[in-house]
Amino acid sequence: MCSVPSSAFTAIRGGFRSVADKRLRILVAKPGLDGHDRGAKIIARALRDGGFEVIYTGLHQTPEMIAEAAVQEDVDAVGLSILSGAHMTLFPEVIRLLKERGAGDVAVFGGGIIPDEDAEKLRTMGVKEVFTPGTSTEDIVKWVGEKVRPRE
Amino acid sequence: MRQGVSSKRQWLETTYKKGQERPARFSTISDLEIEPLYTPEDVPDGYETSIGYPGEYPYTRGVYESMYRGRLWTMRQFAGFGLAEDTNRRFHFLLAQGQDGLSTAFDMPALMGYDADHERARGEVGREGVSVTSIHDMLRLFDRIPLDKVSTSMTINCSASALLAMYLVVAERQGVPWSAVSGTIQNDMLKEFTAQKEWICPPRPSLRIVTDMIEFCARRVPRWHPVSISGYHIREAGSTAVQELAFTIGDGICYVEEAVKRGLNVDEFAPRLSFFWNLHNDFLEEVAKLRAARRMWAKIMKERFGAKNPRSMMLRTHAQTAGAALTAQQPINNVVRVAIQALAGVAGGVQSLHTNSMDETLALPTEQSVMVALRTQQIIAEETGLTNTIDPLGGSYAIEALTDRMERDAFEYVRRIDEMGGMIKAIETGYPQREIADAAFTYQRQLEQGVKTVVGVNKYAMPEELPIETLKIDPALEEMQVQRVRKMKRERNSAAVRESLGRVGEACRSGENLMDPICEAVRREATVGEICDVFRAEFGVYSDPGWI
Repeated sequence: MCSVPSSAFTAIRGGFRSVADKRLRILVAKPGLDGHDRGAKIIARALRDGGFEVIYTGLHQTPEMIAEAAVQEDVDAVGLSILSGAHMTLFPEVIRLLKERGAGDVAVFGGGIIPDEDAEKLRTMGVKEVFTPGTSTEDIVKWVGEKVRPRE
Repeated sequence: MRQGVSSKRQWLETTYKKGQERPARFSTISDLEIEPLYTPEDVPDGYETSIGYPGEYPYTRGVYESMYRGRLWTMRQFAGFGLAEDTNRRFHFLLAQGQDGLSTAFDMPALMGYDADHERARGEVGREGVSVTSIHDMLRLFDRIPLDKVSTSMTINCSASALLAMYLVVAERQGVPWSAVSGTIQNDMLKEFTAQKEWICPPRPSLRIVTDMIEFCARRVPRWHPVSISGYHIREAGSTAVQELAFTIGDGICYVEEAVKRGLNVDEFAPRLSFFWNLHNDFLEEVAKLRAARRMWAKIMKERFGAKNPRSMMLRTHAQTAGAALTAQQPINNVVRVAIQALAGVAGGVQSLHTNSMDETLALPTEQSVMVALRTQQIIAEETGLTNTIDPLGGSYAIEALTDRMERDAFEYVRRIDEMGGMIKAIETGYPQREIADAAFTYQRQLEQGVKTVVGVNKYAMPEELPIETLKIDPALEEMQVQRVRKMKRERNSAAVRESLGRVGEACRSGENLMDPICEAVRREATVGEICDVFRAEFGVYSDPGWI
C-alpha cells in the first residue's frame, strides 16, 4: 500500500481552471533511484509554458506512488523520465498499476537514456511515445498537444 | 602610416568598428559576455599578490611548485558495473593499461543505501555501477588489488560511511594498516541536495555524518580524503560555471565551519579536503574557473578560517569531463569534445582526471571506448607538450580577466549565501536549487532558439546514423546477486548483526562518532541497507520538495 501526500507534489497551475477549461493535466514523474531531474524539470516547465497544467512528483518515486498520484490528481497523461537504465522494469509496471486502478486510458509517455530497441519494445507494451536525448521541448509540447486527449 | 591607438577603448571605437561582426552572441557557454579583446588594461595590478607563483599563495598558477614537470596528474577512470567480480576484472584491465588509480562507480541501490534484494532495487542492480551490499561484495571488488599500493576513489555519498567502513575492513583482511590506506570518498552531501539528489536523511543529520567522517579520517586514516567537494554534479544539473564555482566553494565553507565547531583545528583536517570540478566545452571559461577556484579557496582558508598550514590553503582537485556535454547523436564526435575538455583540465592544473567515453549518453562504456578515453589523456600528457611549462595560459589577458571576473561573481554568491545564514539554510529554502534549475532552463531555451549550438543536435544534424556498439548488462546478474545476498543473510550470525546495528543507533543518538560502530557492523556482515535503515529510523527520511 502506498499513499502519496499531496504536499509531495509541486502543482503548477497557470490560472483558474473552470468546468469548461479542458486544459490537459499532465503528471511529470521521476521513477527510479537516480537523481537526474534536470530533464524532468525542464519538461515540466516547458509543458507549463505550453499551456498545460503540470504536476511534478519530485524524485525517487515508485511505480505505485506514480499510479496513485495519476489517479488522485486526475491527470490525462503521465510523462516518465528515466536515466538509470531501469526503464524496462518501471515503465510497464506503471502501465499495469494504472490499469489496475481503472486508469488504463491515461496516456503514458517518457524519455531518458533509452536505447532504440528498448524504445520499440516499450511502444508495443503500451507506452505512447519515447523521447530520446536531444529531443526539443518544443517537439514534446507539440506531441502532447496533438496526441493526448482529455479523459472522459 | 596611421598613428597607433593608445587604449582599448580607442581601439574599439576606431579600428574594431571598421571590421565585421557576425550576428552572434559572443558569450561563454554559461552566457558570460566576452569582449572582442583583452589587453593589459584588463589584468589586475600586482602580479605577485593577485596571480603569484605556482606552489605559492594564492596558488592561482597551481598548487605545487613544479606541477606536471614534477609529476603528471593521476589518470583515474571511473568504472563499475554488474557484479563485484565484473568490475574487479575492469579494474585489473585499467591498471594493466597504465592507469594509476582506481575509481569506483556503485549502482543506484548502493548509492541510495538499499541492499540488492530490496524492493526498490528492482531493475537497478548492477546497472549504473557495481552492486555492493555487504563486505563480501567489497572483498570481491578489491580482490588481488593491494590497498597500500593503489589509491581508490569511491563515488558514494549518503551511504558513504558504510562503504568507507567496508573498504577499511578489506584493508584489515589484506593486513594493510589504516594509516597506509589512501584514497578519496566523495561524501559531499550538500551538493546532493542541490544537484545529484541522492539522499537518505535531511540536510542537517547528513552533514553530521559527513563531519563524523572528516573527524574520524583526520585521526585514524590520515592519508584518506574524507570529502571531495564537488562542483561536477552542480554543473551537470545545469548550472553556469560561476554557479558551479560559487556553490562548491560555499559547500566547502560549510564543511570547514562544521568541523571547526566540532573542535577540530582547521589545519588538522583541511589539508585532506579535496575538490572535484566539471570540465565543460568552453575552454577559456573552464581554465579560468579552475584558476579562480584555487585563488578563492586559498583566500578563504587563510583569511576566513585562519589556516596556518599552506596545505590547508591548497585546492587540490580531481576533474571529469562533462557528461551532459556529450551527445547521443553522432557519438563519435564526443571523442573530440572530451579531448578539448580534458585539455582545459590540464591547462587549468588539475591533480587527477577522468575522461568520459564517447558512448556514455547511450549506456555504460565499452572496454574499447574506455580505452580511447584513457588514451586521450595519455596523448595530452605525452604528445602535446602542454606539460612542459606550468600554467601555460597564465598571463593571457583574456584568461586573467576571466579568472578575475569569475572570482568576483562567485564571491558575490558566497556573500548572498552568508547573508542567508549559510549553505544549509540556503539549501533549506531552495535557493541554489532554483538558481541551477533556472540556468538549466535558460540554456535549453538558448539551444532551441539556436543562440547556442550543439553540433549534431541543433546544427549539422544527420537523419540516419549508424548505431555504435554499446555495453549490455545481462539482466540475469540481478537475480544472481539477489540470491547471493539472501543466502548471506540466512547464513550469518543474525544476533551479532542486530547487536552491532543497535550500537550504530546508539551512536546516532548520543552523538558519538559513528565510524567505529559502523566498521564493527560491517565486520559482522551487516549490509549497506541495514546500516542506512538505522539512519532512516534515527534521523528520518528526506523527500524531494519537487521545486521546478
